[in-house]
Amino acid sequence: MRTISEIQVEIIEDFGMFEDWMQKYEYLIDLGKELTPIDEKHKTEDNLIKGCQSRVWLHAEHIDGKIIYTANSDAIITKGIVAILISVLSGHTPSEIVNAKLDFINEIGLKEQLSPTRANGLVSMIKQMKIYALAYNN
Amino acid sequence: MLNISEIRKQFPILSRKVNGTDLVYFDNGATTQKPQVVIDVVNNYYANENSNVHRGVHFLSGLATDKFEATRDIIQQFIGAKHKHEIIFTKGTTDAINLVANGFRSLLNKGDEVIISELEHHSNIVPWQMCCDFTGATLKVIPLLDDGSLDMITFKKLLSENTKLVSVAHVSNALGTINPIEEIISNAHKVGAKVMIDGAQAASHIPLDMQKLGADLYCFSAHKMYGPTGVGVLYGTDEMLNALPPYQGGGEMIKEVSFEKTTYAELPHKFEAGTPNIAGVIAFKNAIEFITGLGVENIAKYEDELLQYATAEILKIEGVKIYGTSKNKSGIISFNIEGLHPYDIGVIVDKMGIAIRTGHHCAQPIMERFNIPGTARISVAVYNTKEEIDVCINAIKKAKMMLS
Ligand SMILES: Cc1ncc(COP(=O)(O)O)c(C=O)c1O
Repeated sequence: MRTISEIQVEIIEDFGMFEDWMQKYEYLIDLGKELTPIDEKHKTEDNLIKGCQSRVWLHAEHIDGKIIYTANSDAIITKGIVAILISVLSGHTPSEIVNAKLDFINEIGLKEQLSPTRANGLVSMIKQMKIYALAYNN
Repeated sequence: MLNISEIRKQFPILSRKVNGTDLVYFDNGATTQKPQVVIDVVNNYYANENSNVHRGVHFLSGLATDKFEATRDIIQQFIGAKHKHEIIFTKGTTDAINLVANGFRSLLNKGDEVIISELEHHSNIVPWQMCCDFTGATLKVIPLLDDGSLDMITFKKLLSENTKLVSVAHVSNALGTINPIEEIISNAHKVGAKVMIDGAQAASHIPLDMQKLGADLYCFSAHKMYGPTGVGVLYGTDEMLNALPPYQGGGEMIKEVSFEKTTYAELPHKFEAGTPNIAGVIAFKNAIEFITGLGVENIAKYEDELLQYATAEILKIEGVKIYGTSKNKSGIISFNIEGLHPYDIGVIVDKMGIAIRTGHHCAQPIMERFNIPGTARISVAVYNTKEEIDVCINAIKKAKMMLS
């Protein structure tokens, strides 16, 4: 299993190949489409992170000392970013997740999508991922 | 005929780039851009004229006061108010509605009813909920028909001698519907109810004549009419405004203050506590002059051409559904594309330099009515062009291709 930092380096490399915004967003959209959707039974009000515009559902399970996240969103671009966040953080131990620095966000030029003013629920999603990890981190 | 390319030259922001391409600005319902003259007057005020109004005996204070009051004069003319003191400066539409809703706390009792509509902006819903909570009055809602127009038959049934106030939008910001406010006013007046009109989306698009219209209260925001942010107007008839208690207490709004008893200033100062946005109010005059220079009728006619053109073009995109299809519409197109989330459309077209609004447009009950998470919205102003509509429609098509 690669570390969170190693995965981030790979994502930065992937995004480095794109020449324009269109390629980047097409890739995001593809990632969104490929995201294994959250089990319908976890698509609950409790798991809903309300952004003003797009909504995100996030579910976490603690299996063999690792946290497995599943998620979904009603907007496809949001979903693409959700997929990236899951690929970075899911499957790691709570302490790795709690201590993870998500530097890649600035590097891949999607900072605007992850700004608190975008109201797409992603900032709250990252926070919620960390909160789940904190809860298991003892 | 308006010379649109000459008009565009007056708006410096229209020549900037966004994401590497020419800005196409179709979020005028949220706020319009400002002509150079408005920007210059704000700058000049701070550079050469800054002083507080209605207070000093010195030269600059007199100058600022005269200019501030000149805006009140021009607004009186612009909306056809009978008296100058019927024009109250506020921070905006939201502030004006809160002023009135707060005042109605003293005028309403348990059993009284306030009527609003299903298409209101949150700022014409929440203040009335708060007012009704406080007074025990009941809030009634005029429902929407499928085309986004008000169900006037139900409205007439809602009216009774218990109705004390009807507060509805002149134009819906989320659907573009122009409401039949003349009919609403005359029916409400028959049962003795007062009427407040939220004109935020109307004032720079539809000619106004308060004396003919007969509304008791009417409000709008300067920033949606090519003017500065933080300035708005509450118009009220002399009788209505005298019946309302003051909103905020402070400087400017008093006649005499002692710890035993304070008496309030006459209209309009009774409702203008504290130092206002002086630069903004002064420059608002230039925004009004910009509008009257072109002629509201001409603006309305041109914007309607843009609306008809954009509506026809957007309907050519497969899977498009427009929300708000009533006959009487202002330059707002709210739409969705089957299978796509409006947020995604907004993000992609933004990458092509196009500013449209996506989301619930501060009108969640409408979204609930149509069972949608939100819409994408194009709203036009006088400086927009058919070419820009083409650019926007092409961008939407491209977004659709990428997203589906
Ligand atoms: C119909 C309507 N009412 C009220 C408002 C609130 O205006 P403001 O934010 O300027 O107070 C708006 C602005 O979006 C509006 O469109």
